[in-house]
Amino acid sequence: MQSSVGNPAAEKRGMNLTLRIWRQKDPTVKGKMVTYKVTDISPDMSFLEMLDVLNEQLILQGDDPVAFDHDCREGICGMCGVMINGEAHGPQQTTTCQLHMRSFKDGDSIDIEPWRASPFPVIKDLAVDRRAFDRIIQAGGYISVPTGTAPEAHSTPVPKKDSDAAFDAATCIGCGACVAACPNASSMLFTAAKVTHLGLLPQGQPERNDRVVNMVAQQDREGFGGCTNIGECSHACPKGISMETISRLNHDLLGALRAGARPKS
Amino acid sequence: MPLDLFNVGEPIADTKAPMDVSIGERWSTRRFRGRLVNPANRRKMTIIVVGTGLAGGSAAATLGEAGYKVKSFWYQDSPRRAHSVAAQGGINAAKNYRNDGDSVHRLFYDTVKGGDFRSRENNVHRLAEVSVNIIDQCVAQGVPFAREYGGLLDNRSFGGTQVSRTFYARGQTGQQLLYGAYQALERQIAAGNVEQHARTEMLDLIVVDGRARGIVARDLVTGEISTHFADAVVLATGGYGNVFYLSTNAKGSNATAIWRAHKKGAYFANPCYTQIHPTCIPVKGDYQSKLTLMSESLRNDGRVWVPKERGDNRDPREIPESERDYYLERIYPSFGNLVPRDIASRQAKNVCDEGRGVGAGGLGVYLDFAEAIERLGRPAVEAKYGNLFDMYAQITGEDPYSVPMRIYPAVHYTMGGLWVDYDLQSSIPGMFVIGEANFSDHGANRLGASALMQGLADGYFVLPATITEYLADGPFDKVTDEHPAAVEALQGVQTQVQKLLDINGTRTPASFHRELGQLMWDMCGMERSEESLRKALDRIPEIRQEFWTNLKVTGDWHSFNQTLEHAGRVADFIELAELMCIDALHRRESCGGHFRAESQTPEGEALRDDENFAYVAAWEWTPEGQPPVLHKEALEYEYVHLAQRSYK
Amino acid sequence: MAKTNSVFKKVVMAVSGIIMVLFLIAHMIGNLHIFQGAESFNEYSHWLRRLGEPALPPRTLLTTIEIVLLVSVIAHIWAAVSLWRQAKRARPQAYVTKKSVAQSYASRTLRWGGVIIAGFIVYHILDLTFGVANVAGTEATPYDRTVASFQNPIATAVYVITLILLGMHLRHGIWSAMQTLGQSNRRRERTVNAFAIVFSTLLIAGYLVVPAAVVFGLVD
Repeated sequence: MQSSVGNPAAEKRGMNLTLRIWRQKDPTVKGKMVTYKVTDISPDMSFLEMLDVLNEQLILQGDDPVAFDHDCREGICGMCGVMINGEAHGPQQTTTCQLHMRSFKDGDSIDIEPWRASPFPVIKDLAVDRRAFDRIIQAGGYISVPTGTAPEAHSTPVPKKDSDAAFDAATCIGCGACVAACPNASSMLFTAAKVTHLGLLPQGQPERNDRVVNMVAQQDREGFGGCTNIGECSHACPKGISMETISRLNHDLLGALRAGARPKS
Repeated sequence: MPLDLFNVGEPIADTKAPMDVSIGERWSTRRFRGRLVNPANRRKMTIIVVGTGLAGGSAAATLGEAGYKVKSFWYQDSPRRAHSVAAQGGINAAKNYRNDGDSVHRLFYDTVKGGDFRSRENNVHRLAEVSVNIIDQCVAQGVPFAREYGGLLDNRSFGGTQVSRTFYARGQTGQQLLYGAYQALERQIAAGNVEQHARTEMLDLIVVDGRARGIVARDLVTGEISTHFADAVVLATGGYGNVFYLSTNAKGSNATAIWRAHKKGAYFANPCYTQIHPTCIPVKGDYQSKLTLMSESLRNDGRVWVPKERGDNRDPREIPESERDYYLERIYPSFGNLVPRDIASRQAKNVCDEGRGVGAGGLGVYLDFAEAIERLGRPAVEAKYGNLFDMYAQITGEDPYSVPMRIYPAVHYTMGGLWVDYDLQSSIPGMFVIGEANFSDHGANRLGASALMQGLADGYFVLPATITEYLADGPFDKVTDEHPAAVEALQGVQTQVQKLLDINGTRTPASFHRELGQLMWDMCGMERSEESLRKALDRIPEIRQEFWTNLKVTGDWHSFNQTLEHAGRVADFIELAELMCIDALHRRESCGGHFRAESQTPEGEALRDDENFAYVAAWEWTPEGQPPVLHKEALEYEYVHLAQRSYK
Repeated sequence: MAKTNSVFKKVVMAVSGIIMVLFLIAHMIGNLHIFQGAESFNEYSHWLRRLGEPALPPRTLLTTIEIVLLVSVIAHIWAAVSLWRQAKRARPQAYVTKKSVAQSYASRTLRWGGVIIAGFIVYHILDLTFGVANVAGTEATPYDRTVASFQNPIATAVYVITLILLGMHLRHGIWSAMQTLGQSNRRRERTVNAFAIVFSTLLIAGYLVVPAAVVFGLVD
């Protein structure tokens, strides 16, 4: 095997780590932190690959492996996400799958917990149920355009500035890190990203008022906390969705209420 | 070909495309001649849609809008997770907004040629026709495509074409298109037209009196295995690239739905057609769990090279120009670093096989931007490729601005899939297959930005129009849990799941998956030969044997058990791998992504054998111990003339 | 529905906060009369009570202001408590380990700071408005009460610390109000933040010159 050239970390020494992981069999029982040791962890491993190594060991020992959600492992599907030493997705502003073990050092102790919010009940261990986000989208996070009814794409030009800003908001991957990081467990950044994305485009205007009042009403119904403009969400967001989207949501909401829009009950 | 590997059955043919009119009129004619279902009757009919990617999500939403009762299934927590979300590049459409000579016919022509003349002309032409509607639909949904300062949509060009017809949303086109379909789907869920089954995995197809009438599925949270019935079943479950263990697919992407439908009678077409993408981040170690694609656009400015000497371990920056081999520029002077995907991949493999590969394990080649940075300046390179460089740095911990990137090919897409006719109906009446899960549009090689186009074409426009012909005979007699076919399917699944748990051996599902993947990569990967495929076909039954006697799965099936999920998927991959090797062995020609060492031009390029292999290989499953049966669908080219590709 | 939603609570918080900030500005300017001597300060205090006369009955305008302020305080506290309870319900199981990355000291101390400020207001009114908590007693002039109070090191320390807390409260509060009322955006974000810091600092400095003057003997 050739050494990896040109890489300062070429001399790779495996790390030994102590993991304290939240274990909870199902939503009905209480969970607790359990300590595990992993050895010879390469700094080039992703965080989830490190958990894979642990799970392989656990299975061979006949123990229950740690449940955690993941899918694309390239930072775009939004399925993965755990609290790592008290930070959503860990010390880098990225998804858990894109966090690499070079962010840690030999001998480190790492606390791993699930997202904690009552609208995100734990399914098992580190896996939580985030369907509340889908219900917020169901409340109005769309443009009503049945297939086949669309006009020719160039019939409505969209200023590049608006289109680019809409795209920035639309990159939200729905991972839930914003809720997890927020001291109030608020879903405001998630909702605001969608309200901003659709609200900036001409196609999104007809439903703009109803969209914002219904989405906000739904997030309250789900039991998320209220936003107090602290900003933890935006710092934890792997896609860097800005706090500006929240201001925009508030602006749209006040305008919509003034215009007489009321949430569907 | 020895008869012990397969038998040849009756030929098969598509009978749905109206061949009495010219190709440009076939789709509209088909829609006109097909029977319709009136709105009152639609409410009485249920359609199961499995998968929520671009194809499944758009189909479920559209069928819901049309008034059918739709049941949608997905294995992740939300429909928005489907792996279409990861597609980077873009989506093709014959809009001709550039006024550069594009047309439906040109998109059709490029796609047939790009597929190395192994796709069906009628399907590809229809794809090109509806491509323009897709863009309209997505823009209306609020997909934030890249725009120019005048407010109109921007386009870029992609491999294998001479026009700019690719629409994109930065490097996240798949994500944005998927969210459009996802939001349309959530709207239908809210309206009560679509019933959702999150974290639910299809484990078998229920066939009653020769018709697909439902599925057996396991709720991955509670573990409950149950039956679900419908008047028609639509599979939109994606490709099977994870047979190779390492691929650019999501970890959860699997072939279980299509494989189990295959075992219930659906023909599997061209399983050996696999696309290997040349620019991926190389494997780092045994623990590697997936591979990440780096956009092909990097080859526009990066130069690919390896050291001239074997085993040259020096820092690449210290290797002088005279000791570097820019092998693509050397072999293909006119296309250089921009040769098509299959060729770039195979040449990378060749230089690594010679022992000149770089990085850990010697499986990598340099993609060097030093020259581009000198020529354009670092800011220009940053502006063009910054996000890709950041992604590379994040994963490898290396700075690609100062050290050449290392890349290596990886499995990316599978052109093969379940056989479907022009109506996208499989060989089981009532079961439709859309998106990457079917085989229909890409032949032996898919062009860039065409996967998104096909997924949305199938889901938004084709399937909702063609399925009415089948449903016009419905609603069909009600099927219940007590029906013998349902009982048998349910018990079959329960038995298999229990069996996986009972083995209690010493190897994890992941260890079998890794072994199978390595074998397939070595023997049935970028280059296949009679010898390598024979070796694989000797080895796969041994792996299967060991799997079923030495597997270890902890826990039970009445709860959330990710190890059990994985075990079931690996069991299917092992069987599918065998069929892939048989298909690859029987196809004694090279075409597109299928490169047989024995079939190449004197210059080492893929050599097709149109005389003997201009057909779709549709495989029929036969009970245990029996070899599969090959049904050939002859491919005829009325509008695009067969020709050899050349990129010298 | 609309009235119970979390954004409505935030609007109540923002609007009541703005009313109180306007009062704080006026109050701070009024305080500066102390540098014009005892007579001027006492006269100012007296003038406040006569405000609006003779068009209005005695003390009408001041009482109105007091009522508006009281309502604002109550609304502000209601919104805060209600949001705090909502947050508790939204995360019944706390993290074993939780770090704050973005949260400023000001926003972290917002809730407890608010409680301390509320307590201080009560003391402050008893001390200087009614004089019941003042060493100079209820019969003393406002000027004497003020000087007496700030000659007591404990009272002065409490005053100074609370005002610094108030400054931080405003620093986050002003930014937050702009966010809540939808007036912030990426372009304005820096300006809003800078304004919040400068404004809070000046306002609190304006308040702190009075005890400083007393302590250093410039006013006695």
